[in-house]
Amino acid sequence: MPKVTVDGVEIEVPQGATVLQACELAGKEIPRFCYHERLSIAGNCRMCLVEVAPGPPKPQASCALPAAEGQTIRTDSEMVKKAREGAMEFLLINHPLDCPICDQGGECDLQDQAMAYGRGASRYDENKRAVTEKYMGPLIKTTMTRCIHCTRCVRFSEEIAGVDEIGALYRGENMQITTYLEKAARHEMSANVIDLCPVGALTSRPYAFEARPWELKKTLGIDVSDACGANIRVDSRGREVLRVLPRVNDDVNEEWISDKGRFQIDGLTRRRLDRPWIRRDGKLVAASWDEAFAAVAAVRPGASVAAIAGDLLDCETMFAAKKLVGALGSNLLEGRQTGMDYDTSSLAAVNFNSTFAGIETADAILIVGSNVRREAPLVNVRLRKAVRKGARVFLIGPEWATTFGGEFLGDDLSLLGKLPGHVAEALAQAERPAVIIGGAALARGALGAGLGLASWFKLVREGWNGFNVLHLAAARMGGLMLGYAQPGGIADLIAARPKLLLALGADEVDYARFADSTVVYIGHHGDKGAHAADIVLPASAYTEKAGTYVNTEGRVQFAEKAVFAPGDAREDWTILRALADALGVPVGFDSFEELRAAMVAEVPALGVEGLAGYGALPAGGGWAEGTFAYPVKDFYLTNPIARSSPTMQRCSAELLHGEDFAEAAE
Amino acid sequence: MADRYLEADTPELRARWGAFAFNPAWDAKARAAIARYPEGRRRSAVMALLDYAQRQIGEETQTQGWLPIPVMEYVARYLDMPVIRVVEVATFYTMYNLVPVGRFHVQVCGTTPCMLRGSDDIMAACKARGMHPGHTTGDGLWTLNEVECMGNCASAPMVQINDDNYEDLTAERLNFVLDELAAGREPKPGTQEPGRYTVEPLGGPTTLTQMVSGNHDYRGEW
Repeated sequence: MPKVTVDGVEIEVPQGATVLQACELAGKEIPRFCYHERLSIAGNCRMCLVEVAPGPPKPQASCALPAAEGQTIRTDSEMVKKAREGAMEFLLINHPLDCPICDQGGECDLQDQAMAYGRGASRYDENKRAVTEKYMGPLIKTTMTRCIHCTRCVRFSEEIAGVDEIGALYRGENMQITTYLEKAARHEMSANVIDLCPVGALTSRPYAFEARPWELKKTLGIDVSDACGANIRVDSRGREVLRVLPRVNDDVNEEWISDKGRFQIDGLTRRRLDRPWIRRDGKLVAASWDEAFAAVAAVRPGASVAAIAGDLLDCETMFAAKKLVGALGSNLLEGRQTGMDYDTSSLAAVNFNSTFAGIETADAILIVGSNVRREAPLVNVRLRKAVRKGARVFLIGPEWATTFGGEFLGDDLSLLGKLPGHVAEALAQAERPAVIIGGAALARGALGAGLGLASWFKLVREGWNGFNVLHLAAARMGGLMLGYAQPGGIADLIAARPKLLLALGADEVDYARFADSTVVYIGHHGDKGAHAADIVLPASAYTEKAGTYVNTEGRVQFAEKAVFAPGDAREDWTILRALADALGVPVGFDSFEELRAAMVAEVPALGVEGLAGYGALPAGGGWAEGTFAYPVKDFYLTNPIARSSPTMQRCSAELLHGEDFAEAAE
Repeated sequence: MADRYLEADTPELRARWGAFAFNPAWDAKARAAIARYPEGRRRSAVMALLDYAQRQIGEETQTQGWLPIPVMEYVARYLDMPVIRVVEVATFYTMYNLVPVGRFHVQVCGTTPCMLRGSDDIMAACKARGMHPGHTTGDGLWTLNEVECMGNCASAPMVQINDDNYEDLTAERLNFVLDELAAGREPKPGTQEPGRYTVEPLGGPTTLTQMVSGNHDYRGEW
């Protein structure tokens, strides 16, 4: 642990820390552009210059200099001030003065640091360099003249995303950042380069010229586009969500989010259900709330009622529905819309036990039936990190383009019972072996066989649990904790032929099987569920209600309400509360606080942020066989919000189906 | 330095170069280049392979050769590396031609020592012969480019034509070299100064004169 002196204060820094990190530990701000904690060190912006003794009598780039015992570092000397002014002046030489029309304005590193460390005026009066625009796809808007050549985007695409598609062509002053032949960036995480870009060279295309950062209300939220539960910041103005940015949470999403989580939000203002609808003579007719509640009450379901939870739901909604269904005398709850019926008697068996941060440290990983890149891009990033640390990855399932190598063993689940020798050997000899069971394998009943592997290879050992299930729905773990699972899956609900079926944002259900039921759809988008419903009650999307979400690791997280739902739409729990009155049953809560208190009383883990404990992994066993297809057919269109989003539709058409949208040269 | 740009990726370009592959001679060299690097670091051979590809194209087209996009893709496939990384290398180094060049690629050094010794005259002589920086002449014989220092400052001014340097030039000497090349003969590369062998001092040494006849220890005289 080297001891260094920063501006006269002696501190001890971790072995391997850089001078920049040492300065930060000492509480000094070091300006930087190219340095980023999660990327490799480039050292090409020269903004982080400090004075270090012993060493050459000149400013040194602190980001690339290891901190060593006895160093004296100065960040406040005249030399450092001049060096920073010089670096800033050079950076600004070719940077256009277009801040008033630049989307980065107000949150631009260059702007902020020019204010803090710059000279105040330029001495340069030659012509500035100009760079032609580069097409980078439907999500990333480029203004390459603003680029300061920090290469963060290049390093992100190579190191984090694992898809080498952004590069720096030519050299010196003529260097240009571009995708290969200006093709669209084809990766599920590509838009993170927008956050990484310290200037306005790469900005968000859908958000272009929408707002200034200081106009926006920032609300802390949780992403529901997949089961990872990425921490997001919802930026809204008035009643509209304008953009979503990742929040830093090293346990979950580090500081990335998937493109879908980031850009599906323009679907929040389209195809919305903003008033109740009742089906009359086969057509949905607009109605008032009173008429809608009266129509539900008229069903007189008695105890013949069931509820299906959709993929995007918060726990409070599911709990309120559970209370309502329970008050009516039924316990028919199900959240696995597509008919999965895996055993949920132990939630440890259906949880991502390694945790996302933990899977990085695994040294042998067997992935069964999961296209991780499409189903959980954030986990894919972790897997790539694991492989870069030396982990070996084997996959069972149809082949897909991994970003971390890996060996495809075949696509028949019977392989679980007879793993090839070298795979079994790798797992047996690994210190931290892991198995990841994906949704496709769950659907084919491979959970038992997977648990069999867990005991065979001792995946659970001191300080390590390598048995993981990777879900696809943000609501899944919360739903399972609240009892949204029947032994036979949704087939039990079909067999019960309920008179009243509450469809809570459930858009993936085959409603033809519920032809005899009155389907009440409580949701926010006019998608498949609303099309099949007899009564539609407009509810709130994830940005329009506070709620508790549990991600596939069993991590309980709270989201806040960012905006109000449009039109007559209400928060889901108030609808369910009012339905209880309409049906004449008590549910035991009158406010959101009472609802949450009741939920926490019933499932205490939902009241505590962090990992919920699910106890020991049960013994498994069993046999699975057969081939399968991955459930995510179109990454950009997996939920009703994304399906309504023009941005996601265009991504799907352009990036997955190859339609050509490249803009003609002007 | 002239502005470099990639030749546009057109269907015609794909049709012409899409089927590019190393011929057996260059393929053997490429394999030898790759074998110089350890397993896992084989992509380091990219620079050699790009050079070989350019030279093979040079042989095919009777020019110095150049690197069309499909050929860079071929090299990327050959080394199993992302194409963008190959393009980065090819665009960084000016010895890789990104657009077609003529039979003779005349690269005139215009950096300070050459300029002081008269590279402007050399440039003017080239232009007088119809060459234009960054362009190939109509007969496909000459491509002219101004480049930065080639490290021949002791025998400035100089031009590099394909693989050979011609140094100690004047406009007349350059014209002679170019005439010889155009006539299909091979003028002597290196210095064009009569009586000069390489870059030894003209008119005999002016310093360390006692070293001429034998080894001499100057240390006592310092």
